[in-house]
Amino acid sequence: MADTTQNTHAELDAVSGQTTTGHSWDGIRELNTPLPRWWLWTFYLTILWSIGYWIVYPAWPLVSSHTKGLLGYSSRAAVAEDIRRLEARRDQQAAVLRTADLEQIRNDPTLLRLAVARGKAAFGDNCAGCHGLGGVGGNTFPNLTDDEWIWGGTLADISTTINHGIRWDQDNNSRVSQMLAFGRTGILKPAEIGTVVEYVRSLAGLDVANGTDLAAGAKLYADNCASCHGDQAKGNKDLGAPDLTDAIWLYGSSRAAMVETVTNGRGGVMPAWSGRLDPVTIKALTVYVHSLGGGQK
Amino acid sequence: MSDTTSGKAPKPSLWSKHKIFETNSIILVLGVLVMISFGGLVEIAPLFYLKSTIEKVDGMRPYTPLELAGRAIYVREGCYNCHSQMIRPLRDEIERYGHYSLAAESMYDKPFQWGSKRTGPDLARVGAKYSDDWHLQHLNAPRSIVPQSIMPGYPFLAKTDLSYDDIATEMKVQSMTGVPYTKEMMAAAMDDLRAQTDPDHPKAADFARRYPKANMRDFDGNPQRITEADALIAYLQVLGTLVDFTTYDNKANLR
Repeated sequence: MADTTQNTHAELDAVSGQTTTGHSWDGIRELNTPLPRWWLWTFYLTILWSIGYWIVYPAWPLVSSHTKGLLGYSSRAAVAEDIRRLEARRDQQAAVLRTADLEQIRNDPTLLRLAVARGKAAFGDNCAGCHGLGGVGGNTFPNLTDDEWIWGGTLADISTTINHGIRWDQDNNSRVSQMLAFGRTGILKPAEIGTVVEYVRSLAGLDVANGTDLAAGAKLYADNCASCHGDQAKGNKDLGAPDLTDAIWLYGSSRAAMVETVTNGRGGVMPAWSGRLDPVTIKALTVYVHSLGGGQK
Repeated sequence: MSDTTSGKAPKPSLWSKHKIFETNSIILVLGVLVMISFGGLVEIAPLFYLKSTIEKVDGMRPYTPLELAGRAIYVREGCYNCHSQMIRPLRDEIERYGHYSLAAESMYDKPFQWGSKRTGPDLARVGAKYSDDWHLQHLNAPRSIVPQSIMPGYPFLAKTDLSYDDIATEMKVQSMTGVPYTKEMMAAAMDDLRAQTDPDHPKAADFARRYPKANMRDFDGNPQRITEADALIAYLQVLGTLVDFTTYDNKANLR
């Protein structure tokens, strides 16, 4: 613009028909266009809305409490109601799960289907972290789909294990046993450990090193291992001592892994779930795990 | 939509007094500061004196020295960048993680670790959900145990000795922010830290008395050393386990 004089008063802009703000910077003047009316009214409306919100919902802090609002809304009451409704909806189909015992659930196809569906969801949230999706285990965590059970595979056994855990020191009814560290504590010498490992390998059908004195190994086994794993090495589920004659090796069947097992002992830990999960969920999990393939009568 | 019909200068009104803010930057900044302070006074300050802010619960205690050291590693490694510690009062969160988090559960967390993003799962109740061995394997190589995980491994934690010479100072600082560590707790910090990893420690009974229901065991599978993994696993194993929900009254604590 050619006009460089300092404006001190608002004036009409010929092109737009608007007034200007009345000042100019380097000859550039600024239109004083009012805010769009729709915008202004929306703004006033939000102020009105907030006042309504203060009245209806909990809002203002007071000296010793806060305004509760006319609706008496509470997010914690709302979620409690949500959960109550969820339980009610589940109960439409599955209320009988609350009272039915494990055998009844297993023998009734409808109940079984309901329990397995619920158990599968709970398994994904709580158990799959260790036992893997679908319960196939791995990495020192047992496979739940086969018929080898360390602590027993009946419905009652599985229920006890889930409720109280294994070697879980916060639960007084947890399953407990402790394999000795035969090497670390000096009960067996390294050479003896090598011999007894070869003997156990022979029981399991694994390859055995040439020239091993299996008779000496059998003697070592009978003196040190048989009290828990049994004379026939078939294991003892009351003690959580696994069968040593099959092809399932939780900690590996390499010589190094087996020597490590005998040297330092093994003992997996599982948390107790009673208290953390509700009884119906634990029932459903028990039936689900039992149904994975290895459940025993 | 804009109003282009008016051709006259606007009438001076209450709103034109706003001009002083629009034409003086310092006054505008001062005005903004006053408004924000007012918002803070009304929204934040009352939480410090209102009794209803923190629920009445049984079981909360300050972190043990070992857990506190583990917490420092949690912060150092930036775990909060991917893991929240805040179960919101929403149905599906409670279904997955358990009871929603209470304010009381983070009253000794200075600073709190609520986090704001979940690349990984919420950890507010991860305590007592997995075994120590699971945590160790998972920290060393997450995908060895959870194949679909995108968490990085932290194998160095189990190989690094925990540095805890300054743990009593850390407790002192925490006590200055309101965590109720006693003089006795601070004086015994080093012994307590060692005793928690070793149930046969001569001071183990004293430790158990000072920190009721604390987990006492070797956490990383290596009783010869106290490593950073010991501390971090001790911390993870206590998360969300302290409040006794059998005595907690949900109805009295509606918010």
